[in-house]
Amino acid sequence: MDLKQKGVAEISSSYPHILDETSESLNGDLLFPQFNSLHYGLKSSSSEIGHEVQNQDQSVAPSSFFDSQILSWDPRAMLNKLSFLEHKVHQVQDIVHSIANHDGRFSIHADEVAAQQQLVTADLTCIIIQLISTAGTLLPAMKNSIISANPELERSRVATTSPGTAFSDEKMIAPSETMKASDFDELINGLSGCGTAGDELIECLKNMGSGVVETAPMEDHDLKDADDGENLLPGSYEVLQLEKEEILAPHTHFCMICGKGFKRDANLRMHMRGHGDEYKTPAALAKPTKESNSEPTPIRRYSCPFIGCKRNKAHKKFLPLKTILCVKNHYKRSHCDKRYTCSRCNGKKFSVLADLKTHEKHCGRDKWLCSCGTTFSRKDKLFGHITLFQGHSPALPADESKVLGALEEKVTVGDMVCNLGGGSFGDGIQLDAKGIDDDRGFFSLMNFDSYNFGSLDDFPRPAFDVSEGSFCLSSGSSSFMTRNDVNSSSHRLG
Amino acid sequence: MGEIRTLRKRTCEYEAVEALVLGFASTNPSCDTPPLKKRRSSDDHFPNLFDALSDELLFLILDRLDSSPFDKKSFSVVCRSFYAAESLHRRLLRPLRSDLVPSVLSRYPSISHLDFSLCPRVSDGVLASIAAASAGPSLLSINLSSSRSFSHSGLGALAASCVSLVEINLSNMIDLNDASAAAIGRARNLEKLWMARCKLVTDMGIGCIAVGCRKLRLLCLKWCLGLTDLGLGLMAVKCREVRNLDLSFTMVTKKCLPAILQLPYLEELSLVGCPGVDDEGLTSLKQGCKSLEVLNMSNCQHVSDVGLSSIVNDAVSLRQLILAYYSPVTHSLTSSLLKLSNLEKVKFDGCRITASGLLALGNSCISLKELSLSKCSGVTDEGLSSVLMKHKGLTKLDITCCRKITDISIASIANSCSYLTSLKMESCNLVSKHAFCMIGERCHLLEELDLTDNDLDNQGLKAISNCHRLSILKIGLCLNVNDEGVIQIGKSCPLLEELDLYRSVGITDTGIMAIAHGCPSLQMINLAYCTEITDIALRSLSKCSKLNTLELRGCFQVSNYGLAGVALGCREIIKLDIKKCYHITDAGMVSLARLCYHLRQINLSYSSVTEVGLLALASISCLQSMTILHLSGLTPSGLAAALLASGGLTKVKLHMSFKSLIPKFLIQHLESRGCMLQWRDKPFQAEVDANEIWKQQSQDLVATGGF
Repeated sequence: MDLKQKGVAEISSSYPHILDETSESLNGDLLFPQFNSLHYGLKSSSSEIGHEVQNQDQSVAPSSFFDSQILSWDPRAMLNKLSFLEHKVHQVQDIVHSIANHDGRFSIHADEVAAQQQLVTADLTCIIIQLISTAGTLLPAMKNSIISANPELERSRVATTSPGTAFSDEKMIAPSETMKASDFDELINGLSGCGTAGDELIECLKNMGSGVVETAPMEDHDLKDADDGENLLPGSYEVLQLEKEEILAPHTHFCMICGKGFKRDANLRMHMRGHGDEYKTPAALAKPTKESNSEPTPIRRYSCPFIGCKRNKAHKKFLPLKTILCVKNHYKRSHCDKRYTCSRCNGKKFSVLADLKTHEKHCGRDKWLCSCGTTFSRKDKLFGHITLFQGHSPALPADESKVLGALEEKVTVGDMVCNLGGGSFGDGIQLDAKGIDDDRGFFSLMNFDSYNFGSLDDFPRPAFDVSEGSFCLSSGSSSFMTRNDVNSSSHRLG
Repeated sequence: MGEIRTLRKRTCEYEAVEALVLGFASTNPSCDTPPLKKRRSSDDHFPNLFDALSDELLFLILDRLDSSPFDKKSFSVVCRSFYAAESLHRRLLRPLRSDLVPSVLSRYPSISHLDFSLCPRVSDGVLASIAAASAGPSLLSINLSSSRSFSHSGLGALAASCVSLVEINLSNMIDLNDASAAAIGRARNLEKLWMARCKLVTDMGIGCIAVGCRKLRLLCLKWCLGLTDLGLGLMAVKCREVRNLDLSFTMVTKKCLPAILQLPYLEELSLVGCPGVDDEGLTSLKQGCKSLEVLNMSNCQHVSDVGLSSIVNDAVSLRQLILAYYSPVTHSLTSSLLKLSNLEKVKFDGCRITASGLLALGNSCISLKELSLSKCSGVTDEGLSSVLMKHKGLTKLDITCCRKITDISIASIANSCSYLTSLKMESCNLVSKHAFCMIGERCHLLEELDLTDNDLDNQGLKAISNCHRLSILKIGLCLNVNDEGVIQIGKSCPLLEELDLYRSVGITDTGIMAIAHGCPSLQMINLAYCTEITDIALRSLSKCSKLNTLELRGCFQVSNYGLAGVALGCREIIKLDIKKCYHITDAGMVSLARLCYHLRQINLSYSSVTEVGLLALASISCLQSMTILHLSGLTPSGLAAALLASGGLTKVKLHMSFKSLIPKFLIQHLESRGCMLQWRDKPFQAEVDANEIWKQQSQDLVATGGF
């Protein structure tokens, strides 16, 4: 279903003037409650195109239930996995494509080719593992009473996958050419074919869902959870939970034509201008207005997908997160490896790049020292530490003048934070954290890193040794991907 | 050796008790005399009878000699055993020169209190030697409040060795840094710490102290401007034993006030002049401090009755409340004191007080014993009378400069407050001379009376002489008083210790002779600008052997003869002011130098003293402060020699013209010795102002001053 939807999305975004109605009807269709629920976090602020782009982004992200302990078969998780698989296939395709391009044009380094080959193997392994694990999740469901639905599901799944791949192939092959009517018809057909397949799937899922616990639509479930799990004003806000992969995804907006990812819809719209005059119209460039300005949008709060976390809606003392950014930063800080190590002190590790940057500002200048040897950049933190621990006392540095000078330190630290906010760095996360729009954000290499790592983290444990190769090479692949994007776009323009 | 001593002590104790019970001295010399002494006496074959007295008996004698420094000195030179006993007995040492302390400490092994307040310089070496001395581990308190030039290393040695140290006074150590504070933090048993004006100490320093000295009970952080809420909050969290906390003039704000007020034993809190304390912070306090007994919130500009009521709300045991220079004292403020049943002392000095506020004060506190309304504007007869009617048990009342009150208030004081022991009513100009008779007749228990600048006459003074317990009497600027009244005081007030006769022109030698005759315990007398005073009065004052402060400013008739008489009789003179005593010359200084070893402060301006006199004064080792302006016979070289010779000087006021004439290196040397040179540029005023003119001028000033 997801793939079908994606197909619609691609087409509708490529030809908004033609397919607006179709996508509208499809989007608004009650047939896709799960789909809508997947959108929750991003819907309010995005346009039609934005929607579809986000949809693709959703497809990038596999399910959070992947590693969670849910006994029953979850259709949404399945969909996510499938879309993840699809994305992986795309990725491999991209790589192979670029290798082909390189062969044709440049003399490339042997080691680069080797790296790419390794990458492809790793990705393929990943895909296989993913497929197996996806199939594995079905096993417990097989034992259920509704086994009869399964063959149909399997069938529809196969049916869904193949046209989806076809679509993406088509997209990859003929992006620069102007679409002909026949092609378009084909697409429509494909779409409708997809639609029926999707309908079937939805029907099947619904049938299945009736026998399983989690039948209620996501939104309702969230509200209910918020009601009985919290003592906050009931119904005052709705709780949304993004999946792990969504959280870790570097980009949320993707170009329909070249596939390039963006952090912001506005950046995508700017980018789209390069793809043709139809994207230069004021309507296409304008900031998409919210569909329902008159209706008061409900207060949204977010839940962390990590089970057992206080920020998870299942927690007894659930504390909701305010924005998606909060979710992202919280998830990275609390549930991800601290991968960014400060190169200066070799001690401090961070999972959010912005934190590292902040740390680097004052690294080596932590002069608030405790007798236990811990250093602090801020005096109040040191005093909080001393208050907490018996027997710890402030330690004076050997040079007394430093302490005296440290009085002014607080002020400079404050200034520094302001500088960060001012956007002097091209780092996307940092700017995100400060809520400042910056076009340079998406060039960050680290973002790609984080994406790759995030997806690798999802692999089931036994497969870890297999995927180690790709793990090592992840940074190489990311840089490659960036280059590949650039290449493909230049190719298209040429 | 130490073991032997303690062993001996124990047996001696037994002997001493026995001796006391039986009423005769112990006759067992083998037990009582120390081995060394015994050997010596046997060698000489002249047994010393004093040796027969046990140390404990000598200690009992010494216990009764505590009041006078001379007596102990005399005692110690009687014989060797007395000397040894005095050495063992002495607990407090207040050295004049810190460089001699190491050797002195070896003589006094049981010193427990060291007071360096007379030493402007205490080096690290001295502190280290104290730490190494045998008295070190038993040292209980050390006062370094007036000393400089020691650092963290000395303090660290002190804190490490003197394990039983419970009191350290480090006030005025403006160059005390965090390292020193960290050193103090190692004194684990510290209970009292004064760090007033240690402006360099930051949160880090106080943090070290807070963590190290967990037993702190008293902490004075007045003027510690380097501290913020972080350090103070940490201190409040770590030092839970604190009872007495002075945070005056610090940057304390509402952030750490809750932590401070949650100190479980806090009894005394000073928040004088804290700009960061405001109503908002105080009202947000969840709970007041139940154990609080003394609260001083003077000069807190941002606190009104709202904030105060929230802080005193729970302070049920509050006894003293000091709100000098506070926001207007209104009805709501005084009525918020209604609940405080234990309140005994209230001070509203310098506040603007409303009539309704005074009325409410009358209704609120039941057991008020002390009330100060000095310099309060808005105190009226009606308000004051209503307060006094309710508080008949008042023992101290201060209505200085309440310029609106008249005889009505004084009558109500006389009628209601018969237990009054202290009354201060300087400059109550509307009170007539008859009112003072009422006070004299009704308030017999008065011990302190300040009637400066009032319309007092001889009749009033005679009535006041009924207060036989009077020890402090100030009747300066009472121009209608003359010998007649003062003679009466001299006859009936034998306990008088302080007498202020500033600009009382009517006083002559006869009056002073009567005082000197009748008041043997006189310690301080101010005769400034009593122009009729001559040498005869001074010779008579020599009877007052306890006199320590003598002001003769502007008594131009006195000469060396009178001064020599004072010097001979009053050996304990500490402060002497002979400004504009033109007839006093070097001879007077020589007599002072030879007799008054305790002289600490002298003003010589306009007198006829030259460098010879100054050099003679230099032999007084106690001399710390000198004012030398307009000495006509003084040469720069003579001044330089005198300054160099006076080793103990800490403060010298000199005329500006000498600044260029004295060598730079000498000035540097003096400053490094701990002497502060103050350069004054006052014009020369040869004549003494006539008192009437002076009074007229001062009253004009008051009139134009907006009262």
